[in-house]
Amino acid sequence: MDTSSDTAFFLGVTVVKVVVILWVLLTATAYLTWLERKVVAHIQSRWGPYRVGPHGLLQPLADGLKFLFKEDIVPADADRVIYWLAPFIAFTLAFLAIAVIPFGGSFSFHGHVIPFQITDLDVGLLFVLAVTSLGVYSIALAGWSSNSKYPLFGGLRSSAQMISYELSLGLALIGVLMITGTLSLRGIVEYQQQHGMWNIFKQPVGFLVYFTAAIAETNRVPFDLPEGETELVGGYHTEYSSFKFAMFFIAEYANMVTVSCVATLLFFGGWLGPLFGPPWLRTWLPVFWFCFKVFCFLFFYIWLRGTLPRFRYDQLMAFGWKVLLPVALLNILVTGAVVAASS
Amino acid sequence: MVPLAHVLTLSAALFVLGVAGFIIRRNVITIFMCIELMLNAVNLAFIGFARHLGSLDGQLFVFFVIVVAAAEAAVGLAIIIALFRNHESLTIDEIDSMKL
Amino acid sequence: MVILFYIAAIVAILAALGVVLQKTPVYSALLLIVVLCSLAVIYLLLGAEFIAFIQVIVYAGAIMVLFVLVIMLLNARRETPGQGSRMARWLGGPLLVVFLAEIVLAAWRQFPGAASPPPLNAGPAAIGQLLFRSYVLPFEVTSILILVAILGAVVLAKKS
Repeated sequence: MDTSSDTAFFLGVTVVKVVVILWVLLTATAYLTWLERKVVAHIQSRWGPYRVGPHGLLQPLADGLKFLFKEDIVPADADRVIYWLAPFIAFTLAFLAIAVIPFGGSFSFHGHVIPFQITDLDVGLLFVLAVTSLGVYSIALAGWSSNSKYPLFGGLRSSAQMISYELSLGLALIGVLMITGTLSLRGIVEYQQQHGMWNIFKQPVGFLVYFTAAIAETNRVPFDLPEGETELVGGYHTEYSSFKFAMFFIAEYANMVTVSCVATLLFFGGWLGPLFGPPWLRTWLPVFWFCFKVFCFLFFYIWLRGTLPRFRYDQLMAFGWKVLLPVALLNILVTGAVVAASS
Repeated sequence: MVPLAHVLTLSAALFVLGVAGFIIRRNVITIFMCIELMLNAVNLAFIGFARHLGSLDGQLFVFFVIVVAAAEAAVGLAIIIALFRNHESLTIDEIDSMKL
Repeated sequence: MVILFYIAAIVAILAALGVVLQKTPVYSALLLIVVLCSLAVIYLLLGAEFIAFIQVIVYAGAIMVLFVLVIMLLNARRETPGQGSRMARWLGGPLLVVFLAEIVLAAWRQFPGAASPPPLNAGPAAIGQLLFRSYVLPFEVTSILILVAILGAVVLAKKS
């Protein structure tokens, strides 16, 4: 009896957590678009969205409504099934990765200890990598199924780019894994807590490689070749309109959030930060620190977009294979030597 | 706990499907994918036995099979691209220059 | 948990049927990815969590991407029905059925019922220990194999 009520409680809590986290993430991605337009506008000495609500705060809502009511156009020669499938793959995978991200310690509720995380996997990092490695399909398939020239170019470019940079991305994380000796995201943060030092100080090269590769993985400036609007019209999603376009759009921003979360957890101590005040504040401050760090990364993304020009395609591939990959391998070598020497 | 016999049955069924596809499909790439299907059927048997015997060696074999499959896919697909350059076709019935 | 195995098994069989029966290569590739992912679920249930994630990352996330990329590059549309060999049609089916029946019969005779297997520690640490202690030589040999494969792929795909 007791165990069954426990199970029911656990299920209920998990459902509530999933709903809350999905809601927060959706709202966050919506306002990320607002933030991006606003910040880029200010970098370029413009005002950005200003008309809808105070400081254009209701702009994401207006955009959402516009997407919903626009006509949904399917190209005549498109492969309809795959054309439909691609945005759904993008959307689902973007939100799946968040399931294993811990964003705080835990709190007590009616005698139960509830962690700030949907589910804690022993191999959480592998789960994140697995989910993000499948993300290529949505872009490749979207480009292919549109049966149109520019989307195909965009799709091909992005598949090659994402496969190339995924290597550096994975290898950059190996250094952290060698130090911490665990694949659990929670375990990695706890390691940093025990040693009183963020991993960024031990793995600065690993972090730089990871974040550079991550920007390429999420198709952001300066690596946004797959959707370079000035040369490819719009890249893999040129032929998409209405809500299917919105799904690609949301997925891209959700991926940015995921990448920033992983960077925070692995290199910047996750939810660790100064704690003070009454017990309830001590429970919730970690969540604030985590969100603050993730926000800093997202701001950095936008800042980059307002600052840097786009790479040329051959430069991009050469950089990935001839610079980033060797540096990541060298980082593993040095880290391995240090770990072996100190143990 | 899943009985080993059920795992092996699934593995055999997937393998047989792979063989069937290998025989009936005419596109080189699809035939290649059927080979991958057979490899995966064997992997499943390895994992099933590893669980049955409580030993990790079976899992390591799967690890090696996956690595070899990656190498095989890279070379195989390169061969297919070279084939397509020479024959302008992916249908195996038309790629028969080695036939007497 | 056991019911999940049968669901994944049915999905795998149906998707594999699709791989074989589809005439468009892209659909075959996508259905093969479904097979790979449902096999990953089965690996998880059989206590091989590391292999399950490697399966998704390497097989579904890298190898199959290569397939899809090549299909896109060569623009492989619907295949044209070939004449097919008569022997394959009349002999192949029955032979496959006999083969399947034999394996299934042997498996059910040899391993009847659900034995409770010994405990299995298949964490990444245990796999790593085994890989770099007992299997170092095969591991190094595969790394050479991959190097050879990379060189081969580059040479083959290069425009002469």
